[in-house]
Amino acid sequence: MSGVTMNEPLVADDVPRASRPLRQPRLPRWTPAALAAASVALGTGIGLGAGLNSRIQWGLIAVLLFVAGMYALAARVEGRRQAKDRLATSLVWVCFVLAVIPLVSLGWETISRGSKVLDGNFLTHSMAGVLTIQPGGGVYHAIIGTLEQVGIATAIAAPIGLLTAVYLVEYGRGRLAKAVTFFVDVMTGIPSIVAGLFILSFWILMLDFGYSGFAGSMALAILMMPVVVRSTEEMLKLVPNELREASLALGVPKWRTILKVVLPTAIGGIATGVMLAVARIAGESAPIVLLVFGSQLINNNPFDGAQSSLPYYIYEQWAAGNEASYDRAWAAALVLIAFVMILNLVARGIARWKAPKGGRR
Amino acid sequence: MAKRIDVSGLSAFYGAHKAIDDISMTVEPRSVTAFIGPSGCGKSTFLRTLNRMHEVTPGGRVEGKVMLDDENLYGPGVDPVSVRRTVGMVFQRPNPFPTMSIYENVAAGIRLNGDRVRKSDMDAIVERSLQGANLWKEVKDRLNKPGAGLSGGQQQRLCIARAIAVEPQVLLMDEPCSALDPISTLAIEDLIGELKERFTIVIVTHNMQQAARVSDRTAFFNLAGVGRPGKLIEIDDTERIFSNPSVQATEDYISGRFG
Repeated sequence: MSGVTMNEPLVADDVPRASRPLRQPRLPRWTPAALAAASVALGTGIGLGAGLNSRIQWGLIAVLLFVAGMYALAARVEGRRQAKDRLATSLVWVCFVLAVIPLVSLGWETISRGSKVLDGNFLTHSMAGVLTIQPGGGVYHAIIGTLEQVGIATAIAAPIGLLTAVYLVEYGRGRLAKAVTFFVDVMTGIPSIVAGLFILSFWILMLDFGYSGFAGSMALAILMMPVVVRSTEEMLKLVPNELREASLALGVPKWRTILKVVLPTAIGGIATGVMLAVARIAGESAPIVLLVFGSQLINNNPFDGAQSSLPYYIYEQWAAGNEASYDRAWAAALVLIAFVMILNLVARGIARWKAPKGGRR
Repeated sequence: MAKRIDVSGLSAFYGAHKAIDDISMTVEPRSVTAFIGPSGCGKSTFLRTLNRMHEVTPGGRVEGKVMLDDENLYGPGVDPVSVRRTVGMVFQRPNPFPTMSIYENVAAGIRLNGDRVRKSDMDAIVERSLQGANLWKEVKDRLNKPGAGLSGGQQQRLCIARAIAVEPQVLLMDEPCSALDPISTLAIEDLIGELKERFTIVIVTHNMQQAARVSDRTAFFNLAGVGRPGKLIEIDDTERIFSNPSVQATEDYISGRFG
């Protein structure tokens, strides 16, 4: 160590440092798309040539070719780190395609099969006097049933859910709030058939009321409530505390602060949450089978007598098992999907319209 | 319409933690009192006890007396809501209501309380408040635009307009300029000079030049260590605090020799 003096630099200046190039060869932008097309073509070719009759096998071959090909190409041209990046990217794309296939095929199937008998007549007539093997008839009674049952369920569940969420976020402290949160979580997991059985034993068997749309609504409300509580809770938590303090500091009482400042700020998100909950219960059939009983006739009164509903109608037509009833089931499925879709669009519209932002109006 | 504040033996807690300890002071009416001191010394907490905003924080608790002229804010039967209408507050970050227009923001204190005011009277209140906050000229043609669309400095003046629209006796300001650029800060400081003709003003600031510029009296807070409660070290005329303070710690802090 005697030769080392204090002034000697720790890194000698004359050691040549490897200078890294800042530019590197890149694959052209169209490579993934071209490779995907080539893989699909090759997969189909191999499938046909080897006499594989399952399209799923063709697809798997194409996917493997694409992922492996992308990795090999990138490793050769761009380097190891970029190859890993390409590998992850192509896996993400494969997963995306896998997720979209069922959605697209569901939409395609429903539209192509459902549009066959979907017309004005179908939407405005019931099944009264129509035998299931006959073509004709319609879905009007089921639409009425779904609208009324879902409407009443929303009228019950939305206010209760909203107030529960307000309690949990703005007032809830200590044991009671924890217990409420816990039971809301438990309620989220209730299967729809159990909610139906509960109302059946309580309302119809114990209190001796008859089958009605209202009984179904109560079961739907049980299913809807925890969803509304949860989404509203999240939205209220997003409202900045500064706004609450600003309002309180103006001498506004707490309840008015919540009503006039907190809720309006969160209303867009709350509306979206409620609409999504509505969309969820609109497709429930189990409680309807148990509590609304099902009917072929138009019954405008949800409080008395059997009704139908869209999911129940689909089930019933499919169970009838013939050409004409299959067509009606598909058409009704299309109506149900459209109904849910419209609700979602309305919710998005409300959310956008009410969203607090700078450059509005 | 400005009142004197007399604080005696005031301590504030967050749950079991004591944030400020045994503070007594007098805030003169129609003057600006500045609170200075290092972070965490309890200036903001003390400010928030003056309009009972401290107890809004979960676990917030106060002991002692705050006399507004001859009424104890913490006396039995005193409604915190009416206290806050008498003692207004402006916060560190501008916080206009995002769902409301400029007009509605200024009218909020009155409208949210459900007071019925005729349209023409409300127009007059809004104009007077915005003029009071030196914002009228900039926004008079776009009163129906959202308040959140204004610049930071304008938003803060909008918040001041909102606070003075309910005609409080006292105006508390919690670092009102810390999020603003020097020009907006100057605008707010000029405004504070005008507002003290009508209100008792208490301002918390980290900027000692600002305290020296705007205030008549200055209070210096300090804390003995992390986790220890903050204390009032001294309160005196601003000129004296900045030239010849009676406590050594104050001089150290002001001259930058602190800690």
